[in-house]
Amino acid sequence: MKKIIKYVIVDILRNKIVIAYTLLLLAISFGLFNLDDNTSKGLLSLMNIVLIIVPLICIIFSTIYVYNSSEFIELLVSQPLQRKHIWMSLFGGIAIALSLAFFIGVGIAVFIYSFTPAALILLGVGLLLTIIFVAIALLAAVYTRDKAKGIGISVLLWLYFSLIFDGLVLFILFQFQDYPLEKLMVVISSLNPVDLSRILILLQLDVSALMGYTGAIFKDFFGTQTGIIISFVVLLLWIWAPLWASLRRFNRKDL
Amino acid sequence: MIIANNVTKKFGKLTALNNVSATCGKGQCIALIGPNGSGKTTLVKCMLGMVIPDNGFITFNEKNILHDWLYREHIGYMPQIGRYPENMTIGQLLNMMKDIRFKSGGQSLDEDLVKAFKLPDLMQKRMRTLSGGTTQKVSASLAFLFNPDVLILDEPTAGLDPVASEILKEKIIAEKQKGKLVLITSHILSELDDLVTHVIYMQDGNLLFHKSIDRLREDTGEQKLSKAIASVMQKN
Repeated sequence: MKKIIKYVIVDILRNKIVIAYTLLLLAISFGLFNLDDNTSKGLLSLMNIVLIIVPLICIIFSTIYVYNSSEFIELLVSQPLQRKHIWMSLFGGIAIALSLAFFIGVGIAVFIYSFTPAALILLGVGLLLTIIFVAIALLAAVYTRDKAKGIGISVLLWLYFSLIFDGLVLFILFQFQDYPLEKLMVVISSLNPVDLSRILILLQLDVSALMGYTGAIFKDFFGTQTGIIISFVVLLLWIWAPLWASLRRFNRKDL
Repeated sequence: MIIANNVTKKFGKLTALNNVSATCGKGQCIALIGPNGSGKTTLVKCMLGMVIPDNGFITFNEKNILHDWLYREHIGYMPQIGRYPENMTIGQLLNMMKDIRFKSGGQSLDEDLVKAFKLPDLMQKRMRTLSGGTTQKVSASLAFLFNPDVLILDEPTAGLDPVASEILKEKIIAEKQKGKLVLITSHILSELDDLVTHVIYMQDGNLLFHKSIDRLREDTGEQKLSKAIASVMQKN
C-alpha cells in the first residue's frame, strides 16, 4: 500500500498543478497579511478565500486525477493487490499531496504573521476540508463512467456546498422566521462542511459579535470545547462517509 | 486449476456470459474462440476478478476468487488493449511492477521477452509515445515477467509484426512445456494450430463446447483448426 501511495504522490508532483496551487496559496496568504496591519482582518479575508478555493481546487483536481488514473487502476487491479488497498492508496496519495500543498501555502504565512488559536483552527479546518473534498471527488468519479459527466457532477457539488446550500438555508429561515429555528440551525450547519468550517473560524474572531441572536446560540454551542470537538468529529464523518461509499462501489465495479 | 461454475454476467440488457462452466487444468493450452462480442474477454476478466459475475463463482486452486486477491500472484495477464500510465517510461513501468509484485526471497524474474523484444533500447520512451505493437510487446513482457503458473493472453498477436509474434509463440510453447496453464483468445486460428491442446468455443455468451483438439479433429474430420472451427460455425 505504501508503495502505491508513493507512486501516486510522485505522479502528482510531476504534473505541476499542485505546485502551482501551492504557489497560489502562498501568494494569497502573504498578500492578504501584508495588505493590512490588522492580522485579524487579514485572517478573515484569508478564511473567505480559503473556503472558496480549497474545496474547488481539491474536488476538480481529484476528479480529473482519478479519471486520468483509469489506466493505472486497471493495471493494478489485475495484479495481486486488494482493491481496497488500491483505492485507499489513491485517496491517500491525492489527500497527502493536496494537504501538503495547503499546509505549505497557508501554514507558512500563518506561522509568521498570526500565530493565534483562530489561525490554527483555520489551518486545521482547511486540511480537513481538503481531505473531505478529495473523498467527495472520489465518490463522484467512481459512480460515473463518463469523464465529462463526472467533472460536471463535481462542479455542481462544489456549487452546492459553496452557494446553493446557503441559499436554501436563507430561504428556509425567511419562510419560517416566525418559529424558533436557532437550535435547528446548529444541526443544519453540520450538513455542510464548508459552513461548519466557517462558523468554527468566525467564532474564534471578534466579528462573531455581529452575528445576532443566532450567533449567540452558535457561540453557546460551537464556542465551547465540547462544541469544537463535536464539530471536528462531524468533519471527520464527512471524510469517512463519502470514502466508505466510494470504496463500496469500487469493490464491485467492473473494469 | 481454474474452474468456472455457472458464471453469468449481464451488462444492462446484454447478457455477456450465460451460465458458463469450464474447467481448466495444469499443462493445458486452451484456445478461447468465438465471434466478436461472444464474451471471451468478459470470461477472462471474470477469472482475473476485474469483472464481478452476477451469478455463479470461479475457483482458483479450489479457492473462491471472490474477496481473494493473492491468487493473482500466479497469473500473468496480457490484455487485449494494454492501457498504461501515459507519463511513465517503459523502464519506470517495469520497475514499478517489479516493486509492487516482488517478494523477498521470492521468484526469479523471467526477462527473456524483454530482451527478445529489444525493450532495453526503448526504456526511456514514454508509454503514450509507443506504437500499438510496442505496447503489445510491453504487455507480453509484463505477463511473462514474474514466472506465473497461469498465463492469460487476450489476443496476444494482434498488432505484433511477424518476427515478434513468432518470438511470442515460441515463448508460449516453452512455457506450456513447463506444465503451465495457458489461456489464449485469438481470431487468427492458423496461429493456434501447433499451440493449443483444448478448444473452448463461445457464441453470444454461451459456451458451446469445450473439447480437446484431438476430439475436435475426430468429430469434424478436419485436420486444421481453422477448417474444423469453420465447419462447426457452419453447422450452427
